[in-house]
Amino acid sequence: MTVLAVAEHRRGELREVSLELLTVARQLADDIEGEVHAAVVGGPVKAYAERLNREGVDTVHTIAEGEEFNHDVYTQAVAQLTEAVDPAVLVMPNSVNGLDYAPAVAGRLDRPLVTDVVDLSYDDELTATRELYGSKVETTIDVHADRAAVTVRPAEWPAAEGTGDATVEAFEVDIDDAAVRSTVTGFEEVGGGDVDITDADVLVSVGRGIGEEENLDIVYDLAEALGATVSASRPLIDNGWLPKDRQVGQSGKVVTPDVYIAIGISGAVQHVAGMKGSDIIVAINDDPNAPIFDIADYGIVDDLFEVVPALTEQFE
Amino acid sequence: MKILVTVKEVAAVDDEFELDGLAVDDRYVTYDLNEWDEYAVETAVQIREAGDDVEVVAVTIGDADAEETVRQVLAKGADRAIRVWDDALAEAGLLDPATKARVLAAVADDEDPDLVLTGVQSADDGFGATGVTLAERIGFEWAAVVCSLDLDREAGVAHVHRELEGGVEELTDVELPAVLTIQTGINEPRYASLRGIRQAQSKELAERSLSDLGLAAEDVASPLEQTDLYEPETGGDATVFEGSAEATAAELASALREKGVGQ
Ligand SMILES: Cc1cc2nc3c(=O)[nH]c(=O)nc-3n(C[C@H](O)[C@H](O)[C@H](O)COP(=O)(O)OP(=O)(O)OC[C@H]3O[C@@H](n4cnc5c(N)ncnc54)[C@H](O)[C@@H]3O)c2cc1C
Repeated sequence: MTVLAVAEHRRGELREVSLELLTVARQLADDIEGEVHAAVVGGPVKAYAERLNREGVDTVHTIAEGEEFNHDVYTQAVAQLTEAVDPAVLVMPNSVNGLDYAPAVAGRLDRPLVTDVVDLSYDDELTATRELYGSKVETTIDVHADRAAVTVRPAEWPAAEGTGDATVEAFEVDIDDAAVRSTVTGFEEVGGGDVDITDADVLVSVGRGIGEEENLDIVYDLAEALGATVSASRPLIDNGWLPKDRQVGQSGKVVTPDVYIAIGISGAVQHVAGMKGSDIIVAINDDPNAPIFDIADYGIVDDLFEVVPALTEQFE
Repeated sequence: MKILVTVKEVAAVDDEFELDGLAVDDRYVTYDLNEWDEYAVETAVQIREAGDDVEVVAVTIGDADAEETVRQVLAKGADRAIRVWDDALAEAGLLDPATKARVLAAVADDEDPDLVLTGVQSADDGFGATGVTLAERIGFEWAAVVCSLDLDREAGVAHVHRELEGGVEELTDVELPAVLTIQTGINEPRYASLRGIRQAQSKELAERSLSDLGLAAEDVASPLEQTDLYEPETGGDATVFEGSAEATAAELASALREKGVGQ
């Protein structure tokens, strides 16, 4: 039996999650004493295959169809390869593009799908761990089927390392063009502001806990006292309270300041994806169970409307 | 044109809570319309307001308690709603995306919509896969994580932006009929007006059982079984300051000064 991992790339770059999937696949393959197969669809597949040839990978399948991700092509290609390889587990990234084709592949092949998985094991059948209620609770799920599919949360597993001796094989797919009913026409960077938050040494970052736009003043006051830059979690950007390029997170910017002060931010996985590389993380939140405390170095469990002005005073 | 919007009442867990077997004890749970669905509803209502003969139908899978949430959706402008529930669903255990898609597909078969809008994910279980699973099942085209929509009804094409990681959007043309999963921030969801709330009372909120939809209990039997639920170990080793706001702020300030902040 095998495990098949499907890589992801964008605009000429293999994305880091691809190498993480190889680690997941190797872990599962060890459980079932099976082989690891990797696949890459579209773009410079030979170059990608070289990078995917890490320790523990047995075969890399290249599918030269298109340059960039197109979900109709991916769905057909990955489904056909999966039928040919017949892996016990098909592993895909829980990325935006993963979520744009993995459910379609699983549905087409009638494989149960577990998404956003943070832990996995295989003992006769697949057991997957995922989070509920914004990471407050974890649950395990047994998959009663002999063939399954998963999407794996990015940055939960280390990237596979070393150089392998995988066989690289071109896989020919038969794409039904009539079933390709979407066309990617381009890409656009979001902008909107005049400040580059990725340059800041100190970020005062504010989340939904601030409640109202008027209340932002206390955050600006703190930032001024600290000589810091203001960034935010997604809900504030969605509300239009700050320009789009002040958003920290998966779909926003990845920041690595010396100090990141998270004020009224719960620490949702998509937010954490953008700031966990900060040197020192400070969390101010009135919920002691907020997941942001799991990654914080310093925490204050209290009402931000009390703490933030008091902190500002300390620096004035 | 008919737009089907899938909506869900989601559970939010209090700051402090207790577990009760495979669930969070209900005393610590509050329910509300899923954040992502609010944006999907707004998208549908805006399309209706912009064009002629557009009907917006909301559908939910949920018990009688979910009616209040569905009324909110009617108050925001959906024309009518369908709530699917019965004993078999109540006993089905984990309603994973495939199970939900099977039920929603039966509704879509009945309603024959031109466009289906869903939220990107639900805030409680966060599977993020129901929309695309549904699209595959009913043979519609789709796009996931849509943050901008320009609908060309005449050409039968949805021009969408899909929000990728890292501040990049993908521009995609999608043929109708399609399922689009809607991301927050695509618009500004409205509050229900008093007039809307009044009108919602007289709008149709139809109840359907599995058999009404031509489904049987087997159709909602999922191969996924939830076997455990627990509070994760905190991986954290944060220094948490305690005391009054003044005291904790002072301690944090000195810790930050040591790191060279504010000097
Ligand atoms: C595909 C996708 C991409 C996403 N990309 C991003 C992204 O790039 N960036 C991002 O941030 N999010 C992103 N999200 C959204 C993310 O899932 C969360 O919804 C969001 O991060 C929540 O923001 P928040 O922490 O500010 O709000 P909430 O989760 O609502 O948290 C507010 C916090 O404030 C606390 N609080 C409330 N009142 C007070 C008070 N008076 N004093 C102290 N604390 C208080 C609460 O306890 C709570 O912990 C994305 C989601 C999806 C599905």
